[in-house]
Amino acid sequence: MTEIQMTVNGKAVRGTVEGRTLLVNFLREDLRLTGTHVGCDTSQCGACTVHVNGVSVKACTMLAADADGADVRTIEGMAAADGTLSALQQAFQDHHGLQCGFCTPGMVMTAAALLKENPKPTEAEVRHYLEGNICRCTGYHNIVKAILAASGQDVSAIAAE
Amino acid sequence: MYAFDFEKPSTIAEAVAALKDEDAQALSGGQTLLPTLKQRLASPSKLVSLGGIAEMQGICHNDAGQICIGAATPHARVAAEVAGDYPALAALAGGIGDPAVRNRGTIGGSLANNDPSACYPSAALASGAVIVTNARQIAADEYFQGMFATALDEGEIITEVRFPVPQSAAYVKFEQPASRFALVGVFVARFADGVRVAVTGASENGVFRWAEAEAALSANFAADALDGLSLPADGMIADLHGSAAYRAHLVAVLTKRAVANAS
Repeated sequence: MTEIQMTVNGKAVRGTVEGRTLLVNFLREDLRLTGTHVGCDTSQCGACTVHVNGVSVKACTMLAADADGADVRTIEGMAAADGTLSALQQAFQDHHGLQCGFCTPGMVMTAAALLKENPKPTEAEVRHYLEGNICRCTGYHNIVKAILAASGQDVSAIAAE
Repeated sequence: MYAFDFEKPSTIAEAVAALKDEDAQALSGGQTLLPTLKQRLASPSKLVSLGGIAEMQGICHNDAGQICIGAATPHARVAAEVAGDYPALAALAGGIGDPAVRNRGTIGGSLANNDPSACYPSAALASGAVIVTNARQIAADEYFQGMFATALDEGEIITEVRFPVPQSAAYVKFEQPASRFALVGVFVARFADGVRVAVTGASENGVFRWAEAEAALSANFAADALDGLSLPADGMIADLHGSAAYRAHLVAVLTKRAVANAS
């Protein structure tokens, strides 16, 4: 067993994990932060995407012990303390960027990483950046629209899908 | 995953010592190794993470004009930081997997694993890169020894990869859309003393150089210099995504595209 400590959503946390414990299991089972989802468990679907030291990673394909000392941000850290949604989350709601919602935590975390790198992406850049996040419901149109809207771009000309 | 111990040394020397234990295995970005462990295809007694070793991170230039990439440098950083000096290499790194995979996966991990469909081996071989380990320097031509096989000894760690910069180059990948690995990928690099062509994804022996194409392109660096050249289907990978003949055909098509795109 390994003692680990890290910062999760601005809070210092610690725990004792096996070598094989995945970061996503530490977040969900030890910290009870169940917003981060496990979809495929094979790093294909992106539902488990979180930020580690400022960049997006698939938490099902990183060991918790390897995140010792890291600064981690999950979907629970995206809204303000009083529950007010971030502009990106609000855009997903306003533009119906989800249906079942299972992929949404990963979509939001990936989109947040994109907007940090590229504050005004084109539609093609958004679609390309989402290649590691799979949605079975929406066909992606409204997810892309929500991300473009969150970047401050006018999406009124994009038809509702 | 089977249970294993975990160590995260902060120097190369500590990592080499930690890997002396029986069945210890180096862990870099883990984007291949962790899925492999989940499938219980490997059962190391201990994983030694290379992610905490500062001297294996980052990109610089040496006096010979080579780009030196620390082996634990993730793909995203290579894509961002060599775009000006070696755009074909940056584009290759920026096309591996997806953004989250590129933030974890590393050049050293990719070369140590030597997946027959991985992108990086083609860049290393076409560039005539030097694979630097804790023990020695290995020329790319000596390093790749077949599917998942390399010149690395047990417990030997890649610490850095040195790329000579060609006059022009391009990598063209025909992507397997589900895995985003190369169904076939071709890296063409034009140097003052000749052209090197490396092919990944196609051969059952892993990455290889296409000598006939190199000779034709060294004489005349133009896509039509390749007219009439083809590779036999014998020894090409055949699976549900493409037959051996299809892959052999793709090699010729993608080599032409790479020459046309070279910059």
